[in-house]
Amino acid sequence: MSRIADSFAACADAGRAALVTFVTAGDPTPGDTAAILDALVEGGADVVELGMPFTDPMADGPAIQKANIRSLGAGTRTADVLAIATAFRVRHPHVPLVLMGYANPMTVRGPEWFAEAAAQAGVDGVICVDVPAEEDDALGVALRGKGIASIRLATPTSDAVRLPTILTGADGFLYYVSVAGITGQQQAAQSSIEDAVARLKAATHLPVAVGFGVRTPEQAAAIGRVADGVVVGSAIVDLVGEHGANAPAPVRAYIQTLSSALADARKELA
Amino acid sequence: MPKGNEMNAPNSFRAQPDERGHFGDFGGRYVAETLMPLILDLEREYRAAQVDPAFKAEFDDLMTHYVGRPSPMYYAERMTDTLRASAPEGKGPKVYFKREELNHTGAHKINNCIGQILLAKRMGKTRIIAETGAGQHGVATATVAARFGLPCTIFMGARDIERQAPNVFRMKLLGAEVRPVTSGAQTLKDAMNEALRDWVANVHDTFYIIGTAAGPHPYPEMVRDFQSVIGTESKAQILEAEGRLPDLLIASVGGGSNAIGLFHPFLDDPEVAMLGIEAAGHGLNTTQHAASLTGGKPGILHGNKTYLLQDEDGQIAEAHSISAGLDYPGIGPEHSWLNDTGRVVYEGVTDTEALDAFQLCCKVEGIIPALECSHALVGLIRRAPLMDRDQIVLVNISGRGDKDIFTVADALGAKM
Repeated sequence: MSRIADSFAACADAGRAALVTFVTAGDPTPGDTAAILDALVEGGADVVELGMPFTDPMADGPAIQKANIRSLGAGTRTADVLAIATAFRVRHPHVPLVLMGYANPMTVRGPEWFAEAAAQAGVDGVICVDVPAEEDDALGVALRGKGIASIRLATPTSDAVRLPTILTGADGFLYYVSVAGITGQQQAAQSSIEDAVARLKAATHLPVAVGFGVRTPEQAAAIGRVADGVVVGSAIVDLVGEHGANAPAPVRAYIQTLSSALADARKELA
Repeated sequence: MPKGNEMNAPNSFRAQPDERGHFGDFGGRYVAETLMPLILDLEREYRAAQVDPAFKAEFDDLMTHYVGRPSPMYYAERMTDTLRASAPEGKGPKVYFKREELNHTGAHKINNCIGQILLAKRMGKTRIIAETGAGQHGVATATVAARFGLPCTIFMGARDIERQAPNVFRMKLLGAEVRPVTSGAQTLKDAMNEALRDWVANVHDTFYIIGTAAGPHPYPEMVRDFQSVIGTESKAQILEAEGRLPDLLIASVGGGSNAIGLFHPFLDDPEVAMLGIEAAGHGLNTTQHAASLTGGKPGILHGNKTYLLQDEDGQIAEAHSISAGLDYPGIGPEHSWLNDTGRVVYEGVTDTEALDAFQLCCKVEGIIPALECSHALVGLIRRAPLMDRDQIVLVNISGRGDKDIFTVADALGAKM
């Protein structure tokens, strides 16, 4: 089994949703990212998403836009992102690591180059925001060739007609974007999330993780009662924006509140 | 890059894109998943509209009575004489202008906006958004939104809002909300990012009128088809005037909608050569230009794969041109394909060269051209000494330059 599948399975066995956490690589500088990633793991993150900075993050809200600007402003290069991933893999041999970002930085040297580099860095999966299933040739084929999961996104606009297309070639987990919109804005109504998760789980054997707009432990717990994973990004990125190089301590403390909320979420149900 | 003489020429240059929206290696649908169902819907609706006589009838009627088409094909006699005077003996072709600047709102942009708002109406969308750089597409969009009574939000870089105050006021008069974009360099690229962010959050009721022949499929094809009225009219008009097709077509290329609109109907006429002019800003040897084909390489941005200005990590570079309408680091995917097949030749023209051609056109023809098509006029000035007197060149005067007089005055150091 892969690290991603192992992690979701272990969480399921423990009776809780997996905590999937996102930060932008190189924010505030490439040298600061390792300690922030360690804080995520120490705080209880089960899966780590490492954002590849891009000049034009058109699916992101202000929080992650600013993180991209900080990272690129600090001179972060693709080589730095890969070095951060490689070092993370050495420090955390079992924690799944996912690269998330946009098509152009991932494909500029050719998809095979990127798949090979990501595999060498110990990356388990890739989420590419602007490569939908229809353009799988641009990236997904090369990733699968290197055993890297192509993690697909489902959204409120993914109806029964659309879903099979999304799921063809999907791997790792299915990321449910709970609002039609950009990252870090409002959260979807709990009832709509529950309906969507039920619909998605009926269509795939992959774990379903829910993200976009999740900030508080209460929100995380509510989603964690029905979904296999909860994704938190902008709220962490905001802490990095506020505390900069001193972000690890507040990030660790915040992640702990989320992970304990998830650990308790299903107990309250029982 | 492979050019036409190195690769097998296709049977037709007019059969693109394929069913997945690819022009050779370019184009496609590189959008967030939230937008995919909408893009697929749009494609279905466009296919239905293409075979619906009522859609065509309404489009044609608006073109005639609202836009003022057909736009004239004009024999630019004084420009012809001026270029002949400085050309070698026997050289200097006959020059025609396609007068798109005489359209309602002063540019070719309105052709596309009419087509897209009819589709928006057909799809039951109740809100219009658009991006704009110089404000020409914003004005054209605000115009059709007013004409059809739909609320309209225009995304415009904060820096462009400063540079283009008259167009901002025009859009407001037309009832549009102009939303300043303060991310990035605060120009066209950032306006497009912000329009995409708005769209993804409002897919249920909003139609995005993209201003050029770029973006995810079916936009490049659809915008080209709406703009092809330029080339279709030109073909009939030049046959009427000269009894034969022109030897060379010249158009400026930012995203490339006026150029593809002129070129496309002629692509399978091998005797017609075509020249697309990109903005070389301060020069192709600097970083201050907007020439994606001559100074960039293929990549993925804003829904399509195409030539982009970018660094080796795929980070997008800021473009520069004196012409806000050409100030974009990408280009429509069909132009990328036409470049690689060699069917169309693309060259760069600097700010300074464009300013000179702008002034020449004012003085010898009494036409104030937009800075965008002033770049195309430089292409004419370059080619004229090499062409015979019995040859014919057709230049697309895609817009009028009234909007540019402040920029030109500033560049020439004139006080207004």
